[in-house]
Amino acid sequence: MSATFDINQYKITKEPFYQAQSNEVALYEAAYNARLPIMLKGPTGCGKSRFVEHMAWKLGKPLITVACNEDMTASDLVGRYLLDANGTRWLDGPLTLAARHGAICYLDEIVEARQDTTVVIHPLTDHRRTLPLDKKGELIQAHKDFQLVISYNPGYQNLMKDLKQSTKQRFAGLEFDYAKSEVEIGIVSKETGIGTDVSTKLVKIGEAARNLKGHGLDEGISTRLLVYAATLIKQGIAPRDACRMALVRPITDDADIRDTLDHAIDAVFEA
Amino acid sequence: MTATVEERQRLNCNFKRVQSVFDDCMADARRHLSPAGIEAYIDGASSVYKTGRGEEPVLVFLEEIPQVAAQLGESVLEEIVAFTRTLAKSPNSKAIPHFLQSLGAAARALESRQLFTEYLNLVIQTAIRTSPKVHGIDAMYTSECLPDFLDSVPHLLSLLSLGGLKKWVDYGVLAYPNDPEHQKEYFQLKTADSRAVIQRERHGTLFTDAERKLDLYLKGLWLHDVQFVPYSLDFDEDRKPIPYLNEQGLHLPDVYDDLPNGVRGIDRYRAVLAHMSAHRRWTTPLIADNLSPFQRMAVEVFEDARVEFLTLQEYPGLRSIWCKLHPIPNENLIMDEDVSYIRHRLAILSRALLDPKHTYDNPIILKYVARFNELMAKGNTKTFDIQLLGVQFISETKVASDSSGKVYFNNTEIEYRDDNRMMWLFIEEGDEETYVERPTPPAEAEDEFKVPPRMYPEWDYGAEHYRPDWVSVYEHLQPQSNPAHIDQLLAKHSALAKRLKKIIDLLKPQNKVRIRYQEEGAELDLDVAVRSLIDFKSGAQPDMRINMSHRTDGRSVAVSLLLDLSASLADVPDGCTQTKLELSQEAVSLLAWAVDQMGDPLAIGGFHSDTRHNVRFWHFKGYKESWGDEVKGRLAGMEANYSTRMGAAIRHAGHYLGHQKADKKILLVLTDGEPADIDTSDPRLLIEDAKIAVRELGQEGIYTYCINLDPKADEYVADIFGKHYAVIDNIARLPERLPQLFMSLVK
Repeated sequence: MSATFDINQYKITKEPFYQAQSNEVALYEAAYNARLPIMLKGPTGCGKSRFVEHMAWKLGKPLITVACNEDMTASDLVGRYLLDANGTRWLDGPLTLAARHGAICYLDEIVEARQDTTVVIHPLTDHRRTLPLDKKGELIQAHKDFQLVISYNPGYQNLMKDLKQSTKQRFAGLEFDYAKSEVEIGIVSKETGIGTDVSTKLVKIGEAARNLKGHGLDEGISTRLLVYAATLIKQGIAPRDACRMALVRPITDDADIRDTLDHAIDAVFEA
Repeated sequence: MTATVEERQRLNCNFKRVQSVFDDCMADARRHLSPAGIEAYIDGASSVYKTGRGEEPVLVFLEEIPQVAAQLGESVLEEIVAFTRTLAKSPNSKAIPHFLQSLGAAARALESRQLFTEYLNLVIQTAIRTSPKVHGIDAMYTSECLPDFLDSVPHLLSLLSLGGLKKWVDYGVLAYPNDPEHQKEYFQLKTADSRAVIQRERHGTLFTDAERKLDLYLKGLWLHDVQFVPYSLDFDEDRKPIPYLNEQGLHLPDVYDDLPNGVRGIDRYRAVLAHMSAHRRWTTPLIADNLSPFQRMAVEVFEDARVEFLTLQEYPGLRSIWCKLHPIPNENLIMDEDVSYIRHRLAILSRALLDPKHTYDNPIILKYVARFNELMAKGNTKTFDIQLLGVQFISETKVASDSSGKVYFNNTEIEYRDDNRMMWLFIEEGDEETYVERPTPPAEAEDEFKVPPRMYPEWDYGAEHYRPDWVSVYEHLQPQSNPAHIDQLLAKHSALAKRLKKIIDLLKPQNKVRIRYQEEGAELDLDVAVRSLIDFKSGAQPDMRINMSHRTDGRSVAVSLLLDLSASLADVPDGCTQTKLELSQEAVSLLAWAVDQMGDPLAIGGFHSDTRHNVRFWHFKGYKESWGDEVKGRLAGMEANYSTRMGAAIRHAGHYLGHQKADKKILLVLTDGEPADIDTSDPRLLIEDAKIAVRELGQEGIYTYCINLDPKADEYVADIFGKHYAVIDNIARLPERLPQLFMSLVK
């Protein structure tokens, strides 16, 4: 099975748009050259996943993405035996695939996975660069192109869902935040093709919401939501309605905050 | 036009002062009333005269009534006259002039005939309900409060709807049934609760309700974090304060009504905040000494316009709110020679600067608007740049009448702007007197009350509302006594303790919870395994997670035990050799021991009350405290005193219990009688209050259970606790029953 496996299906062929906020592209490239595992931190919707896609494209490497969840077990990452008509057969998990074939493995929202699951990545992330498949009795030496990238959002998770120190200290970290307003205006316009006058206003609302973080909002309005709003406006929806729908309703159930953000929208977009 | 002879005869009243004003009153009446109405009007005045209460009522009637009739229709005359007659026959005839005086304001505020009739009913009800009653017979004595009430009506109706007014009266009537002095003060609006009830009942957006939204608004849109200081508009009749900013924070009115043009109260607040925040962001103070007062006014107008202009660059949507709140002064006003129109002129300028769609065509105004826009278009302006514009505007438009003492104020007040006091620096001190508030030394705190009291509301079932901040609860730590005493009690009940121990072992957490869908687990989950096999046989991908494991589920119960420590606890009940207090001590010790064995967090508190001003709450054991000598010592020191104001104590214990992290929260109330206190004559009042307190806790997920030692408890205990109670008839068995009851509750 592994002999016929085509890793190239994971290659990214078209350039994903990514607007660098600082020197993160150069830093990532340096880390990749040394095959250091990378941890991307930052609030939701600020461009972490997009950044990884962009880098994979730039480096010309396949990218295998795993969205982590609570029910995920180590086998979901490493692989398992399946029953077959003639007995059993082994199926590689995404992490094994990446290690075997030399892809970038991106574990999105790693803290969502249980802590006992995350320890399977440990041997891959230090000098050993190996992955023992104990059920199969195989020790995989990672491909020279393999790199592990994880992302997590330190903001909203609770105390129970933090990474162990032993896991944390295997990664080089890049911290992301929402882009500066000029950059973010550019991002929203570039993504949706909307005029900068509208994207300026959208970013203004986004900033108002981000100022409220910690006062009843767990997270501010993400760049992703701003892009959604711009997409709706582009389709001809009235800006005030589009903003209420895309920016305010998803992020809060608190009536006072909703009211304040609605007012911010009315203040920014003239009727 | 003067009154005719027939009309004078018809009035048939010889008071000199009445005669002297009758002509003028008739002239007024003819403007408002039909000929039939005029006749009814004169007849009415005549019959008011015939009530024999002097000239004052007649005068008030003649002056007030034409307006009222014009507002509500002439048929109202008959109703008013009939009502006046009724009043004249009652002991409250002194209130007639006050009553007639209130009608004008009432008619203006209520605007409907039906509401007006309800108002008359309210007056008569108030008169009856505030009259002192002797042997249950009323209508014998004068109500001291009625004239005060009627005098307060115009002010009250400017703030409250008729419904609100009724509730306000209800409160006053019910809160001071046996205290005419205080009741009188209430109706004179002199007491704090009187004002508090007005605040609660009034219309509009209250600052307190909107505070969080305003806070969020400032944080979100302006990145500012300031203190708000609300002030009241009610008590400064002559000079209404306007918003301002100083070191203490933003001073704002405590209420804004919604405006008829569709601006909501909350938006009025936001308009004020936006304007003041813009000042905070962009205004730098100027030296005031170099400018005349008029020049300063003009500079302020330009500076207000400048910061608003800058704000609108970011938040263009604010323009519509500001424009709705900004007056539109009439440019073509006919001006008097000796009146100063400086404010009017500046208001026109201000409107023209704010609203690009203005219709003014005064060349000077237009010129300055153009100059202002030119300056702003350049960008990067400072407060100082604007100063010249203001000074020049004044010198170009100055007229002699500007310094006149009579100033034209109409339509010139821009309510959402502050007084710009932070914009000026005064180098030389003025010759005005300065008022420095001397810090008053804090009053010596009474030694006995270590913690400040917590205020709780009390439910008034008659008026169906809460009396705000009615009960003061003081907390104390129970002083220590000899813990060995409790150990003796426990030793005495050692046989019982052994039996309890058996039950406890059964109760200990052992219920298991399955964790399914495990790849590796303690045993096979047959359902999933079969499903997987079916999937596999049918060629689909089988789920490998066919095992399950178990974990034991922890109990999560927090318990608060609330003891009634009123004086009756010191009684020795029939057939017992110990007082109820001693029995309670034993029972509580056993319960505390049992709960400690089970490992549930338990708090023990006791209460008694000596009027609403002094409810004592005694702490015996905290949730985190272990069952040791210190707690035993406190239990040994238990004493019985005073009365039983249960509602406040339940609220207080519930307050702490509500902060516990547990799935189940139980409040056990151990009492020996119904709620009562010496300042409450109505026995239902405290029962109803306790019932509401229990219901409040129920809404917070707290289960309240009562253990009652009063054999006659059935009469009231179900009213308070619903079905959650047990009456213990044989009090001697309390030490045994209490832990058993508890365990059956948490089983």
